Amino acid sequence: MTPTLQGFLIVSAALFSIGLLAALSRRHAIFILIGIEMMLAAANLNFIAFWRFGPQHQPPVGVMIALFSIAIAAAEAAVGLAMVIAVYRHYRTTNVDQLDQLKG
Amino acid sequence: MSWIIDHLWLIAAIPFAASLVILSLSNAQRKSGAALAVIGQVLALALSILTFVPTLQAPGFRVVQNFAWFTFGEQTLRLGFVLDPLAAAMLMMIALVGLCIFVFSIGYMAEDKNLTRFFAYMSFFSGAMLGLVIANSLLLLFIFWELVGLASYLLIGFWIEKPSAAAAAKKAFITTRIGDMGFFLGMLWLYGRSGTLLFYDGGNGCLESAGLAMLGASATFIALLIFCGAVGKSGQFPLHVWLPDAMEGPTPVSALIHAATMVAAGVFLVARVYPLFSLGATNGVTTSLTVVVWIGVTTALMAALIAIAQADIKRILAYSTVSQLGLMMVSLGVGGVAAGIMHLLAHGFFKALLFLGSGSVIHGCHGEQDIRKMGGLRRLLPLTFVTYATGMMALSGVPFFFSGGWTKEEVLHATAHWPRSHVPYYLLLAGVVLTALYMTRQIIYVFFGNRRSASTHVHESPRVMTIPLIVLAICTILFSVVLTPTWPWLHAYLSGEPLHFDLARLIQPMLFVSLVLVGVGIALGFWIYQKAGAQDRDRPAEIDPLEYAQPALFRFLANKMWIDELYGRTVIAFSWKSARLSDWMDRYFWDGLVRGVGAIGQLFGIFTTSVDERGINAGVDETTAGTRGLGRLMSGAHSGQIQTYLGAVAIGMLALLLLYAWLA
Repeated sequence: MTPTLQGFLIVSAALFSIGLLAALSRRHAIFILIGIEMMLAAANLNFIAFWRFGPQHQPPVGVMIALFSIAIAAAEAAVGLAMVIAVYRHYRTTNVDQLDQLKG
Repeated sequence: MSWIIDHLWLIAAIPFAASLVILSLSNAQRKSGAALAVIGQVLALALSILTFVPTLQAPGFRVVQNFAWFTFGEQTLRLGFVLDPLAAAMLMMIALVGLCIFVFSIGYMAEDKNLTRFFAYMSFFSGAMLGLVIANSLLLLFIFWELVGLASYLLIGFWIEKPSAAAAAKKAFITTRIGDMGFFLGMLWLYGRSGTLLFYDGGNGCLESAGLAMLGASATFIALLIFCGAVGKSGQFPLHVWLPDAMEGPTPVSALIHAATMVAAGVFLVARVYPLFSLGATNGVTTSLTVVVWIGVTTALMAALIAIAQADIKRILAYSTVSQLGLMMVSLGVGGVAAGIMHLLAHGFFKALLFLGSGSVIHGCHGEQDIRKMGGLRRLLPLTFVTYATGMMALSGVPFFFSGGWTKEEVLHATAHWPRSHVPYYLLLAGVVLTALYMTRQIIYVFFGNRRSASTHVHESPRVMTIPLIVLAICTILFSVVLTPTWPWLHAYLSGEPLHFDLARLIQPMLFVSLVLVGVGIALGFWIYQKAGAQDRDRPAEIDPLEYAQPALFRFLANKMWIDELYGRTVIAFSWKSARLSDWMDRYFWDGLVRGVGAIGQLFGIFTTSVDERGINAGVDETTAGTRGLGRLMSGAHSGQIQTYLGAVAIGMLALLLLYAWLA
């Protein structure tokens, strides 16, 4: 079956929704980070899809964007993990339901 | 010669300057203070003699020196100094008598700790009095008038530890102030009508024809108002009450101020503004002059009666002064201006002599002033006795050698020829008898008879005190040379009339009348009182023979005819009640009004407070409560849960997407 643009977009949307669901409903902080990574992946997929089915292939714009995005996602994951570790060290929990110091 | 005319103000300024310098000295520098005062007075005397010389040039000599003081709007207030025979003669008398008294004070006040302050005040007085007689403006005269009043207050109350002296000073100042009020009103009226207060101003002065013409009928009232000032200052009835009390001051003060000079200022004032009094005179009589005569005659007789019953040596002389001033006022009133001023000048000399003599007696008796305790001082104080007797003869009116006799003669002569009435003449004749009587009484009590309690340990005064007495006695005698009717030089000098030498004028019927009366007075005094020295078996020695004969009348006179008490019941009581009423009004009525207005302000304050608290504050509180409630509400959305926030972001994003899709 030939891949069509709509197919890619549907997959990307599905991936985004699953990531969003993970970020919104999991209690563990790392699972929220996983959800965020999935949303970033979905965005990358979107960029590639629009580049693949776009008019010009020569400036590989979509690929470059996706590459930068992956790099940024990696850095962001590192920062996020560092934050989770720091929070764990302080509050002894990774359950975000218990992290409501900013309540008010 | 014209230098002194241009610098007339120096005569008054030098004693003032001396006074200022003496005030800066401390109490310990007594000799410097006394020396400065005496030097100032000598300089003033020298300048007075210098001013006297040009006035001899021509009869009716008058020269003025006017200057502008300040301008207000378009009007200029001008003051000035005048030099005429009246001023020159007064200057000579004041300076010479002042000098004698200053020298006397050095001895009399030798033990006083405040001698420096004394001489400062005396110099101040001297400057003010000298300025008074040369003033050409009624305002300038009034300024000096008030200054001598101030000096009198300071000097009467000189012994500040004595409450009676302070009370006497206050009484003097307030009584003369009442007269000064009339003076000031008259001055204002005169300025309003005539536009100038200068006496002589090249034809425009208020005493010259142009100025007088603008006055019309108001001249009488102006003259009477100005006379009020003279009544106060010269101790005429009814404002005579301060003069006897003024004897609380030191004797030199009484001699200078209350005998020779300051009280003479009232008489001088009437003489100075005489054209005002005599405006529109019919046969030499006007309403204002008639008032002057009657007040003068009342004063003369009343004071002479009171003097007979007094026991204090200075009080007798004080009442004598009041009586003689009344005599001078009568003389001015009947038209004998020159005669009145002549008597003023002679009186200045012999009254100062008498007061200084009494000072010598008091000094010798170590402070005793009651004549009933003295006696037989004739041999113990010979010099004082001789000079005192000279003064007494002059005052009693013995003619021949004594100036007082001749001037009194002139006064009686003028009074006898008053067209209005002969009553003042007869009353003055009675006064002559009384004067001789009380002076004889005083001399016999003090100098003759047996020695009483105060006459022990009495010594004659030192030379610094007796030499002024001798000088004044000689002046009293020599002065009569220019006063006799054969050669009335002083009369011609003062009045500007031509002068004739006429021996025949010495023999006059009136002269015999007054000679007889004086003789009667003296003889009566001797007859009644010479026996007082000898013990009368029926009468104890302490009681006065007159008192023994007529106790009720004597007590009436000795208590000064109860006039002080009358004033106390009426005027002073009225003023006291008015003061209390004013105080009550001020404390309750006006203060209540002010507090009422304050209460209105307070009410307003209460109103604004309640508006502020209940309205504005409450509103603000409600608003903040509402805001806080809203905040509490909205903070409910801050759960602190990350996933809630993330969910909100996701829903928002979804909403935006839908909106974007719907818009496209």
